[in-house]
Amino acid sequence: MFENIGEMVLLFWRTLLALPLVWRQRQKVFDQFFEIGNASLLMVCVLSFFIGAVLALQTGPLLVEHSMASVVGGVVGVAVAKEMAPVMMAILIAGRIGSAMAAEIGSMRVYQEIDALRTMNINPVHYLVLPRVVAIAIALPLLVVFSVLVGWFGGAVVAEANNHIAIPIQAFFSDLHDIVKLKDVANGVFKSFCFALIIGIVSCHQGLVTIGGPRGIGRSVTKAVVNSIVLIVISDYLLTRILLK
Amino acid sequence: MNSPVKNHSGVSLQVRGLRKSFGGQEVLKGIDFEVKPGEIFVIMGPSGSGKSVLLKHLIGLEPPDAGEILINGETIESPEIADKYRLAMVFQSGALLNSLTVGENVGLYLTEHRLKPPEEIARIVAEKLEDVGLKDAKDKMPGDLSGGMKKRAAIARALVIEPQLILYDEPTSELDPLSAVVIGEEILDLNTRIHVTTLVVSHDRDLAFGIADRIAVINDGSILKIGTPDEVKRFDDPLVRKFLNADFKRETTS
Repeated sequence: MFENIGEMVLLFWRTLLALPLVWRQRQKVFDQFFEIGNASLLMVCVLSFFIGAVLALQTGPLLVEHSMASVVGGVVGVAVAKEMAPVMMAILIAGRIGSAMAAEIGSMRVYQEIDALRTMNINPVHYLVLPRVVAIAIALPLLVVFSVLVGWFGGAVVAEANNHIAIPIQAFFSDLHDIVKLKDVANGVFKSFCFALIIGIVSCHQGLVTIGGPRGIGRSVTKAVVNSIVLIVISDYLLTRILLK
Repeated sequence: MNSPVKNHSGVSLQVRGLRKSFGGQEVLKGIDFEVKPGEIFVIMGPSGSGKSVLLKHLIGLEPPDAGEILINGETIESPEIADKYRLAMVFQSGALLNSLTVGENVGLYLTEHRLKPPEEIARIVAEKLEDVGLKDAKDKMPGDLSGGMKKRAAIARALVIEPQLILYDEPTSELDPLSAVVIGEEILDLNTRIHVTTLVVSHDRDLAFGIADRIAVINDGSILKIGTPDEVKRFDDPLVRKFLNADFKRETTS
């Protein structure tokens, strides 16, 4: 994985240089954006609800037992907004969308479609990579905002329904409102933007360097997902460290 | 990017001392030849002789280890070459983009480079598809086409560029004899109509002798002979004779 970091940085740089062309590729950006939303929204909803729910279930009884019921909303709120929603959504999107990107570009590479683009003087970075990276960089932060809201709701439902916590939904959100700052949500959204760039670049890079037949495509898909997740977790630590200051 | 103009003069192509190795194995061992403007030049040889690798070098998809490729005297490695000359390649598989319709594939060059308004692109696409006998396939997906239709669609896509040099990689492979003849006639017809310099890589002897102005026989990364079809037929080299005369022999018992 790490031996390809240089190539990925170069691909990221080329994509940045191509940004002025994004308006010309807006239809492709929209298609990719729709694909990401369409493929992930339901899964994001279910996953986020249960992330919030399990956080409330793990922390709620303990905090109530230690007479800290008033911080349950805040603890769940901060954990979902700053950590769980960005990381879990990034992992979900790496598996769902990153794999599709690597497979599609990989099969185009194997079946000479990318060579055909190059013979027509069409730059594969402009045509394939730019729309995908831009679409995921817009879609993932939006999905994370949605995920945070659903996660909070999931936490609130469990906090009220569970006998060991028994905090009314209104009180949960009131506590959450007192503790969670807009900066915390912005923090998570910024992290998800960085994760989106990682998923987009790693997956497109794996697609572009695919060799061999269907087995090669399979290998690229696996590497795209695994490398994305590893880099997401490493960069999560680094970003958290930077954003703590 | 130049817009395609109605300048149908072919370009010349020179290859000098071209060498290429992959993983220590030399695939091209010093290739030299020249193709004149408007000529149909066929490179013929058995599978694995280095034909497709050579073709990839000629369109700039692979960099050579040594030697040079010149289009009208200018090196193919020059960044301006793709803007200055219109080069096209018809891939063995067709290499149509599977996510686009046949019509979108054929018009891709014009659409992506914004060379014409959409109505004009639609008209050109319809015209080129009709030229290759695919006027009803505009809205079909590449997956719905037969092998021969894919190749003809790929030729239509190359024609939209109004190329000055067109390269064909095994244009008749995987085709039945009738479709192979149709493709061969398309290549000839195009050359007559727009005087495009044509380079065909093939192991199809019938195609080579049917359409070529000159033929180069390649084996194991080296060119054995370059000449007119008649000269190649008369060339007395055991390898060339073996390749040209290869046929099934079934012994019958009485």
